[in-house]
Amino acid sequence: MNKIWLIVQREFLNRVQKKSFLVATILLPLIFPAIMAVLVYVAIEQKKNATKEVVLYIDESSYFKPDTAKFLFSPFNGSLEDGKRAFEQSEDFGLLYIPKFELSEPKGITLYTKINPSPTDISDIEKIFESHIRDLKMVELNVDQSLLDKLKTNVNVATVKISEGGQEKSSDSKVLFGVGMAGGILMYMFIFIYGAQIMQGIIEEKMSKVVEVIVSSVRPFQLMMGKILGLASVGLLQFLIWIVLISSLTTAVLGLFGLQSPSQEMMQMNPQAQQVMAESQGSLQFLNTLNQIPWTYVVSSFLFYFIGGYLLYGALFAAVGSAVDSPAEAQQFMFPITIPMLISYFGLFTFILEDPHGTVSVWLSIIPLTSPIAMMGRIGFGVPDWQLALSMLLLAGGFILTTWFAARIYRVGILMHGTKVSYSVLAKWFMQKG
Amino acid sequence: MNALEVNGITKRYANHLALDQVSISVPERSIYGLLGPNGAGKTTLIRIINQIINSDSGEIILFGERLKPDHIGVIGYLPEERGLYKKLKVGEQLIYLARLKGLSHHDAVVKIKLWLEKFEIKDWWHKKVEDLSKGMAQKVQFISTVMHEPRLIILDEPFSGFDPVNAQLITEEILQLRQRGSTIIFSTHRMETVEDLCDHIALINKSKRILEGTKKAVKAQYKTNTYSVLHRGAFQSLESQYELLKQEKAEDDYFQSLIQMKSAASPNQLIQDLTRITEVHSFVEKVPTMSEIFITLVKGETHE
Repeated sequence: MNKIWLIVQREFLNRVQKKSFLVATILLPLIFPAIMAVLVYVAIEQKKNATKEVVLYIDESSYFKPDTAKFLFSPFNGSLEDGKRAFEQSEDFGLLYIPKFELSEPKGITLYTKINPSPTDISDIEKIFESHIRDLKMVELNVDQSLLDKLKTNVNVATVKISEGGQEKSSDSKVLFGVGMAGGILMYMFIFIYGAQIMQGIIEEKMSKVVEVIVSSVRPFQLMMGKILGLASVGLLQFLIWIVLISSLTTAVLGLFGLQSPSQEMMQMNPQAQQVMAESQGSLQFLNTLNQIPWTYVVSSFLFYFIGGYLLYGALFAAVGSAVDSPAEAQQFMFPITIPMLISYFGLFTFILEDPHGTVSVWLSIIPLTSPIAMMGRIGFGVPDWQLALSMLLLAGGFILTTWFAARIYRVGILMHGTKVSYSVLAKWFMQKG
Repeated sequence: MNALEVNGITKRYANHLALDQVSISVPERSIYGLLGPNGAGKTTLIRIINQIINSDSGEIILFGERLKPDHIGVIGYLPEERGLYKKLKVGEQLIYLARLKGLSHHDAVVKIKLWLEKFEIKDWWHKKVEDLSKGMAQKVQFISTVMHEPRLIILDEPFSGFDPVNAQLITEEILQLRQRGSTIIFSTHRMETVEDLCDHIALINKSKRILEGTKKAVKAQYKTNTYSVLHRGAFQSLESQYELLKQEKAEDDYFQSLIQMKSAASPNQLIQDLTRITEVHSFVEKVPTMSEIFITLVKGETHE
């Protein structure tokens, strides 16, 4: 135990004393908002300055009512064949052919283009037709426009979550969405960056041959655990520094611009939030939700899942590092480790955040290999205690299992040089006695 | 007392037997040569003694006690594949390694300073290992092996990578360490090392120990009762108890003959018999070198 502690110290100091650690720790929290701001800025500028593309159209139906919000529609008089020829020689974006059709059955509308149009381009054009046809149908049915306007109502459903104590908390699921996304991405990055560092460190020890000297003083298991725990402490330190940096920055900005500043700051950084703000009642609720999120709960579960997930994957990264002679060789064994990470990462965007209480989301947040990222996506929305407890228990168990598994490969792998390692060789090492 | 007793150690890997019932006894304060061709199992045996890997069966007694985890502080091990943390400074590195061996921080610093002074490399304390030459790094590595004053020092090919001056320095240190009570095990191919330094040897070939004993006894065992004689005047035949293996003309009418005694006759007898037929100028018993014994045994095994 004492020796693991010595190794933890050594690993910790090795990393923390490096300049790169200082740079990454201080710059990263500043770089991310900066990148986001630049992206949003560029996107807005692009929209502003974009010259509209020209779309030729041949309208045989007389039902087309050009809407110039996105495209410049210019009529072409002539047959479709002539139109195609003219289009081919032009610089125009597309040729829209509208044959005669019944209002009840709009068929045969075709867009000819030189490059594949984006889905938004197509849906924009479809919408032009849909809205105009709808208007025409209204007229056909004798529905008055003023009557129609009267029918329109704007409803904003306020969501209030009643917690078990009976306390009511208003929440905005869009904010929770953002929190879940940020947590999940951060978890993914943390596990990968620190896991890769474990692997790197082990490969270095193996390549420099120092490992044989070390294992003549400590058990291979102690060396492996010391390394994993040492890097974990570096990761935690980095995370804590970030929290302190971000919260003090926020406070500083708050002090500078008065109370409204945090919301403005958010608006610049987060397009999601921007949308929320645009809605009249939204802005108050947005702030409300941010305040309502139990930050200690979210941050402390993040810490638990970070430590658990990191240890779970860290052991696997250690096993891979011990088996190979160079980082390039490690690639082949990275694949099976990456798969569950990617599943939960893409799951986060496709369904976990959309439907945090769906069956698949729940199971992904319980299964140890995927739970760190999946649970981060769900945590803001509120997770039943039993699910959280089961997930945490399984994560702890999973980490013990992967560590045991990794240690068996590690103890053999670190002393092997120049062996061509395949999965069957790994299996042999795993089965090998002491 | 024996410093180390290895009794019937067997180690099997998935597809081959690395050690087959190997036993050796290393007397205290001896310099013990562990010999054998590549792949014989020497490194496996050393790793088992260092508790880096476990044996399948057999037992190891170190200074009268069964091998236990605490013993790592008693052993100093210099692996054949040398290695240090490249990015660490010499001082930090040695302190770390010493503390892993169980020394307190204070003791580690005191002892390391002593060794650096001894090797006149005190100013290396703040140098990173990657900035040292290979020979320099080897010195640091040697210090890391012996700084905790181990009672048993295991050196795997200790002289590879040293220039003759440094090799001499290390040799002297090894002899001094023995003087102060340490037992030293060499694992080596370099027969001149064995010839010069070792007093006991064991030969491992194909996972088995095929020879063990004091250097003197081993040599006596393998001597062929052959004598090299420089004499004036040729002779063609000898009495039947001798065999003339070779006779070469030296210079003038001097000849060099190689004579093997078949029966247990004494060298004096041979001299007497020779003086009757020729004029003897020099008479030397041809003792086999360790290298010759090594080659004979290993080749003999291979030819079986």
